[in-house]
Amino acid sequence: MSQPIEPGTYFMQGNEACAEGAIAAGCRYFAFYPITPAGEIAERMAERLPRLGGIYIQMEDEIAALGSVIGAAWTGVKAMTATSGPGFTLMQEHIGHAVMTETPCVIVNVQRAGPSTGIPPVPMQGDVYQARRGSHGEYEIIVLAPYSAQEMFNLAIEAFNLSEEYRTPVILLPDEIVGHMREEVIIPNFSSLKLVERKKPTVPPEECKPFLDENVAPMPSFGTGYHVHVTGSSHDERGFRNVRDPEAIDKVVRRLCAKLRKHVDKITKLETKYMDDADVALLSYGSSARAALYVAKEARAKGYKVGFIRLITLWPFADSAVRKAAQQVRKILVFEDNLGQIVNEVQRAVAASVEVELVSPEVIGTLHRPEYALNRVLQEMR
Amino acid sequence: MKYIRKGGLPQAHCAGCGNGIIAQCTLRAIDELALDMNSMIFVSGIGCSSWIPSPLFNADTLHATHGRAITFATGVKLASPKTHVMVFTGDGDGAGIGGNHLIHAARRNIGLTVILVNNFNYGMTGGQVAPTTPYGAKTSTTPFGNLEQPFDLCKLMEGAGATYIARWTTFQVKPLTTSIKKALQKNGFAFIEVISQCPVQYGRRIGMEDPAKMMQWFKENSVPIQKAKEMSSEELKNRIVVGEFVNVEAPELTEEYQKLFMRLSHGKN
Repeated sequence: MSQPIEPGTYFMQGNEACAEGAIAAGCRYFAFYPITPAGEIAERMAERLPRLGGIYIQMEDEIAALGSVIGAAWTGVKAMTATSGPGFTLMQEHIGHAVMTETPCVIVNVQRAGPSTGIPPVPMQGDVYQARRGSHGEYEIIVLAPYSAQEMFNLAIEAFNLSEEYRTPVILLPDEIVGHMREEVIIPNFSSLKLVERKKPTVPPEECKPFLDENVAPMPSFGTGYHVHVTGSSHDERGFRNVRDPEAIDKVVRRLCAKLRKHVDKITKLETKYMDDADVALLSYGSSARAALYVAKEARAKGYKVGFIRLITLWPFADSAVRKAAQQVRKILVFEDNLGQIVNEVQRAVAASVEVELVSPEVIGTLHRPEYALNRVLQEMR
Repeated sequence: MKYIRKGGLPQAHCAGCGNGIIAQCTLRAIDELALDMNSMIFVSGIGCSSWIPSPLFNADTLHATHGRAITFATGVKLASPKTHVMVFTGDGDGAGIGGNHLIHAARRNIGLTVILVNNFNYGMTGGQVAPTTPYGAKTSTTPFGNLEQPFDLCKLMEGAGATYIARWTTFQVKPLTTSIKKALQKNGFAFIEVISQCPVQYGRRIGMEDPAKMMQWFKENSVPIQKAKEMSSEELKNRIVVGEFVNVEAPELTEEYQKLFMRLSHGKN
């Protein structure tokens, strides 16, 4: 069988690269409801999946799109949906269901300016907290923030790998700039990719415990004779409902959270540049990180000791990695296109040891203007 | 124990509830067709009828969110077209919050078998008014009588394009079982509305607390389709028209995908 992806160097749109990454990772079910600025992901999937025997379906709303993704995932396939703010809001109940049932799946939210209808083709990094806490109840989730078209490809694969490894929904959280920009994307040979598949049961059905293992329980697929009971209600390790005892939901909540918290150092990723002797660090993610990186380079060229930290994983928040990266700096300036979301986590993580301040663009919904941002940073330098 | 899951009993429905009858009819239909429980996937929403397959049936069971069982089932069927996917839903779950998904699944003719149990109220949450509650009925949230008109779900399904539509009450056990068998063998979207007694939340409030009395009422007020054709709308008021309304053939969605895959693999666009 020929490779599902064509290796090569391409000039590709972020959204298109995201679709290619999903296909490379093995995604063969994609459900969608039209929304700007995620449409190009769907259009690419609609064109590519049928030739690979995969399903593209357009559902009647975003709730249905993610619902069908969860159903498909339980038959053993890798499944994904993509949306933006208003659709992401509609998907929250099903995100909670996927968390509760430990269903691997990927949800792409190409963030746009909100709240509400906002401006569809304009970026904003406004859904950071929502990606972490949009569904009700106590839970953990994995959120990745690509900052380039290449990362839309790479992190789509990473998202599937993490979802399979930890049996959790994973949110890929670019913004409209990253989704719509066109850049060089290198697609490698399919054989060079490291792909993760969910753990399958090794014991007969009567002995199988498909839920609530902090080290990730095996996941039997529908139709393989395991007669698995999947429910969003409080349940035990066998999946059977227990809605009587608070102790049951205590166990559910603790184990589901521990499943990610225990492995936070393996899950979280960040990138640093110019940090060895940095006095001030610029911390950012997604499209804002491109502005932050530009400013850090310019400041260094002028002789200022400015460093750069880029979060690749937004959630779980990489407390100790951020603390470690910033241990020598005096101050962290957080670049984000909102009025302060990740900045609060940075502040919390470094506590009193480092001063943390937010640098929003002058106009929310745009990239930080280079001259403005550089001046702002140089004001901090001694 | 071929059909009943170990640990699935005792079942949680109220004494006198019609869901037990529907569970039996379903399992008997599966048994009479000699279907393999390994190839059956049951999907249900939230509400009393959603507890018919979950955890009782010894098969893969997926308990979804309120109103959205059909969306989960659509994903299951598309990704695994050779399985029998059966959805259990209620009048609130399926025609209230789930109404949109119900009509789209019928429209796209995806090969699901949907059993919608209509007990005229939201039973599990305490008997609130629902989209199928008769005009004037007293429920926990219509203490002065319902001001709204109810759905005729079989007409709704006809408008949406379902290829198999039937309605029975829990009194017509044998015809219901036969319909379930037909629905399971149907290559397309099959819909069965089952009128069922809810003595504790609905019956009690409309003066029919005794489940046997309500089933007697079903028996006396059921009108077969052929006979209903000769009756006026005035005569049909407060009657329940039962039987098979629609049984037609139309391209089923997973087959359409298979045809597309064949076309593409032969190099044709």
